[in-house]
Amino acid sequence: MGLDQSFIGRAYPPGTPYRVSREKIAEFAKAIGDTSPVSHDPEAARAAGHRDVVAPPTFLIILTLGIVDVLANDPDLGLDYGRLVHGDQSFTHHRPATAGDRLTVTTTIEDIFARAGNDFLTVRTDIADDAGEPLCTGRAQLVVRGEDV
Amino acid sequence: MTDVAKGYELPPLAVDVTRADLVRYAGASLDFNPIHWSDRVATSVGLPGVIAHGMYTMALANRLVTDWAGDAGKVLACSARFTRPVVVPDDDEGARIEFSGTVTDVTDGVATVTVTAKFDGRTVLAKATAQVRL
Repeated sequence: MGLDQSFIGRAYPPGTPYRVSREKIAEFAKAIGDTSPVSHDPEAARAAGHRDVVAPPTFLIILTLGIVDVLANDPDLGLDYGRLVHGDQSFTHHRPATAGDRLTVTTTIEDIFARAGNDFLTVRTDIADDAGEPLCTGRAQLVVRGEDV
Repeated sequence: MTDVAKGYELPPLAVDVTRADLVRYAGASLDFNPIHWSDRVATSVGLPGVIAHGMYTMALANRLVTDWAGDAGKVLACSARFTRPVVVPDDDEGARIEFSGTVTDVTDGVATVTVTAKFDGRTVLAKATAQVRL
């Protein structure tokens, strides 16, 4: 059964702000084998013109993954978490995320469509800093695999 | 980097991904989906076994880019489509993913890098690109 297309355009308000820490950036960088000084050493980051250590390009998935919980916990949408697959992901960085940033995420369902027995959701995540300035726009395509696929 | 032109090939990257790497990435990214650590759950949903997070493969693809660019802050945008799972065996060798990157466009000081990620001789990402300020 297809997902309700009336959910297109629905926005979920931001939750508790997320504070980006040097430690989390270092932990994430280490997990992906990224040893670049700008992501580990505040002095090197400042020398490169950044306020503090810089998050790797996909670091903000930490915030955007939360959208899955938000969507899965919306009983009206009726998303089957067990059948959910990540189809694609993009990030457009309006500026780099650095340690010390306090970020909020607003989630919007941009599109819902069915194809070949699967449901597809396009979800936009707008990440903003403390001043309300846009920091990153993320887009994810989530695929809910059909029962008989 | 300012003399980079279309067709430039970035230094390649090969990563042997083990279960321990997946556990570490799960903790770092807060993605605890059990298909990335439990064979029981992975096989119950029709997978051959535990698979790597698509976002982990995408992160490694972007590491190829930042290893070259030297500064994650130069990556203005990145994207990837997850087309095939990377099955990670429960052994010490892991699953080898081989990444290569080519500059496919340069416009106004911004290079588009297109990354290929191969596992077991087949691509696992499609349309994997990064926009890099030169």
